[in-house]
Amino acid sequence: MTATAQARAPQKDAKDAAETILSVNNIEVIYDHVVLVLKGVSLTVPKGGIVALLGANGAGKTTTLKAISNLLQAERGEVTKGSIEFHGEQVQALSPNALVRRGCIQVMEGRHCFGHLSIEDNLLTGAYTRRDGYTEVRRDLEMVYEYFPRLRERRTSQAGYTSGGEQQMCAVGRALMSRPEMILLDEPSMGLAPQLVEEIFEIVQKLNKHEGVSFLLAEQNTNVALKYATYGYIMEAGRIVLDGDAAALRENEDVKEFYLGVGSEGRKSFRDVKHYKRRKRWLA
Amino acid sequence: METLYNILIDPFVQMYEAPDFLMQVLWEGLVSGVLYALIALGFVLIFKSSRIFNFAQGIMVVFAALTLVGLHENGVPAWLAVPLTLGVMYVLAVGIERVVLRPLVGQPDIILFMATIGVTLFLIGFGEFVFGGENKVMITEALGIPTGALEFNPFGGFVLIEEKDLTAVVMAVLLVFALITFLNYSSMGRAIRALGDDHQAALSVGISLSTIWVIVWFIAGVIALATGIVWGARAGVSFALEVIAYKALPVLMLGGLESVSGAIVGGLAIGILEKLFEIYWGQPFLGGNTETWFAFILALIVLLFRPQGLFGERIIERV
Repeated sequence: MTATAQARAPQKDAKDAAETILSVNNIEVIYDHVVLVLKGVSLTVPKGGIVALLGANGAGKTTTLKAISNLLQAERGEVTKGSIEFHGEQVQALSPNALVRRGCIQVMEGRHCFGHLSIEDNLLTGAYTRRDGYTEVRRDLEMVYEYFPRLRERRTSQAGYTSGGEQQMCAVGRALMSRPEMILLDEPSMGLAPQLVEEIFEIVQKLNKHEGVSFLLAEQNTNVALKYATYGYIMEAGRIVLDGDAAALRENEDVKEFYLGVGSEGRKSFRDVKHYKRRKRWLA
Repeated sequence: METLYNILIDPFVQMYEAPDFLMQVLWEGLVSGVLYALIALGFVLIFKSSRIFNFAQGIMVVFAALTLVGLHENGVPAWLAVPLTLGVMYVLAVGIERVVLRPLVGQPDIILFMATIGVTLFLIGFGEFVFGGENKVMITEALGIPTGALEFNPFGGFVLIEEKDLTAVVMAVLLVFALITFLNYSSMGRAIRALGDDHQAALSVGISLSTIWVIVWFIAGVIALATGIVWGARAGVSFALEVIAYKALPVLMLGGLESVSGAIVGGLAIGILEKLFEIYWGQPFLGGNTETWFAFILALIVLLFRPQGLFGERIIERV
């Protein structure tokens, strides 16, 4: 209804437009025309930053990422209000294909490798949108193999038969093959051993530093995410309830209590649920 | 005892005693097998890339053949009529993608299946409206397909191979090879395979559904034209031709809906087996005409033991 009107008026205080690569302004997402999942989410990612989107199951992290990458349409979800800008350009009406061409790609939750394709073929599908020729693609393939030496070893195996860690690497590597400026990384730690989680995040940080890729990562593993991210947003029930520099969030009492599992007075019990609700309202 | 001997032993004795006749039978089986394989490939490609069982494949064969013949009847020379027909099939692919598939993205598979039935009905009506309902003759000579026959004399016997059939086999084999090369070694082919594996992931890396769908439906159109020409040359061009697409169904059950190699092997196997069965068992014991049902019974038996088909892609499940 008023989607266009809303889109025209920038809502969030315009943080230095030149430095912002992605800005999401007060979006609302509705699934199947009835289920309201996001109730006004705003966030910005600075160029070259790693921003973490934190929160529990069902908070709306994945939906936010899918709204940005426009994968919602295939699931009958729809951005009904607000606007999404990538490099200052409104992108919410673009197809995922067009967005990947512009340099923004999503790595989906749960890896989603092409199971029957070899690892190398998986990586090469990432270069689908590129038109800069075979040698360039080959060079990037080498680069991906440098970052993920394990993938080189498994290059001919069918992706479906590789380990969870290798699949996650494959998914990230595949996204890299599109030469992205920004990767939307959904739950990279899911189902991985702690050591592997660290390994993946180390690589994310390296990619950020050396290739200049900006990251927006959705994570439940608040601990690790805040260690590597520069800025964090915390979501709950389709809203952003708290945001701040990663260092500040790590020290924040509420975050410690609700997401890091270290309360000021030790472990919490069910009695504190009421207290928690009260606190949440205050936060919102 | 005697009946058992007649059924179990005697046919093989006959095969051994008249190897030239056996070769003739095998050849005839191979020719239809190649065609079944080709049509099955059309199904497999569309199913792999969009999870749609394309009910319209059969009518596309008729439509392509009718277009070709119709164009020729209206004075278009054959060498031009073929690319023009391909053009029509391309327009059809784009049209189907725009009008039928795109609005139905994300709907359950069964709805898309019903939509292809809609396409079938439309093509029947449209085809009859434009080209009329009467039987036509395939323009075999005009297309430069030789119509003679070659004779061979292996084992001192006699085998007759029609050049028409030979052309069909060569054409089908070339087409299949081209397809496999395209699927395995081009970036577009890789994208088609990727789409078959994981729709969402394919979307996320920027593979464009609409582009792939147009390509896949166009390939199905090319296959339809090839089959239409070959089968039309044997049986004439009419709406009854649609039926041969349904002969591809048991091939799909046998080979698995997702397997390219399965479609090829399944097609050849069914073509050859049904011919052998017809000649050595069907005609002497069952009064002939077993070709219409043999493949389905075979597929039924296979399904009983291997629900994913003989060559269906193994579902990779990690625990």
